[in-house]
Amino acid sequence: MASLTVTDEQIRATPAKVIQPAWVRVMHWINAFAMILMILSGWQIYNASPLFGFSFPREYTLGGWLGGGLLWHFAAMWLLMINGLAYLVTGFATGRFAKKLLPITASGVLHDVRAALTFKLGHDDLTVYNYVQRLLYAGIIVVGVLIVLSGLAMWKPVQLYYLVMLFGDYPTARYVHFFCMAAICAFLVIHVLLALLVPKSLRAMIIGR
Amino acid sequence: MAKRSFLIPGVDKRLLIKDSIKTMPDVTRRRFIAGGASLGALTLLTGCDVVDSSSAEEMLKQVSKFNDAVQAFIFNPDALAPTFPESAITKPFPFNAYYDLDDAPDVDGKDWKLEVRGLVDNKKSWTLDELYQLPQVTQVTRHICVEGWSAIGSWTGTPLRDFLKLIGADTRAKYVWFQCADKDGYNSPLDMRSALHPQTQMTFKYANEILPRAYGFPMKIRVPTKLGFKNPKYVVSMEVTNDYKGGYWEDQGYNSFSGS
Repeated sequence: MASLTVTDEQIRATPAKVIQPAWVRVMHWINAFAMILMILSGWQIYNASPLFGFSFPREYTLGGWLGGGLLWHFAAMWLLMINGLAYLVTGFATGRFAKKLLPITASGVLHDVRAALTFKLGHDDLTVYNYVQRLLYAGIIVVGVLIVLSGLAMWKPVQLYYLVMLFGDYPTARYVHFFCMAAICAFLVIHVLLALLVPKSLRAMIIGR
Repeated sequence: MAKRSFLIPGVDKRLLIKDSIKTMPDVTRRRFIAGGASLGALTLLTGCDVVDSSSAEEMLKQVSKFNDAVQAFIFNPDALAPTFPESAITKPFPFNAYYDLDDAPDVDGKDWKLEVRGLVDNKKSWTLDELYQLPQVTQVTRHICVEGWSAIGSWTGTPLRDFLKLIGADTRAKYVWFQCADKDGYNSPLDMRSALHPQTQMTFKYANEILPRAYGFPMKIRVPTKLGFKNPKYVVSMEVTNDYKGGYWEDQGYNSFSGS
């Protein structure tokens, strides 16, 4: 006859599987904070000399005027750059990028996009990213690198002339910087929307499980 | 390892376990709420409007000073601003100021004299004719405005470092400070290493014509390694100094180094 026994360890709630390690969570929220500051102050700077026929509403800009926007932008950039660099180094060094974001295959992405659009994409195991997630997360890392490089090119077009050359010329670096911002904003909308649709993913990004 | 027996006669063991698990607190859910609450509490406890408070302003000023130091550190005095062929010149080159062209200083070239002050051996004032005698060079470079737009122009004049040498300036001093004829007294400090940069120029001509009123007649300081607002127009005096004397835009919050 089998006796049903439970150990003390089992009585205590066994800790759930860690989905997002602490370093990812900390850097994610620092990045979110820095990104918002950069976007809102960037809109302020954009308004001083708009590239296109529109300006951003004043209520959604940071700094009050161009000078204030620049101060915020060039303060938050340190947070964004240092945190971003630490994230890239840790992501590669721990193998997280390779493990979580690869491989990305065209057929996998197509399959998961189709599944998502028909609401058949499962989110049972949050530790495994689907192909749409892999593509978006890897893509936004590339955009993040591009927006920093184009920003540096505009900040130091003489000292970092080779960076300007990478983009063609100074005005082109400005456009690249703008479109990267637009891509990040689009990502942000989808990202936040999906996090709210799958709240346990938001929970995992806050407490890890 | 202690083992406890949970055998109760007449009770289905599996159902008991199932039920008891349900009564256990959901640790993960609790932590989630606690985490969220503490995040909110943090912003409440600090009690400051993060965006508009004076402490934020003070912090931003300090970071801007730090940025001055970083920029001075990475400034390579030998790195040249890219030059362009004449065909790349922006036409028309924009007039840009915090006032309309009608309000731009209208300087009489015959009366005008460049005053030289501060840590220099020869404090004599210079007439425009005297300055025109100095050797001049032409360079086609990109003017980059703090607002983000840029335009390529052709400027002709005397390298500032040659002039500083000529007047026996103490080039170990920290700044060359320019005062201008603009209304509200425009002025701007230029750090000495940028002042000694080979492309920094006392400009007397634009597109090979005497500098028009719109671009700063009689003299502009063209610094292709600086943002436009650190390229003063309508200059009336320069002072070699160790004191940071501030500037029209710098005092309002533009980063003082603002170099490229």
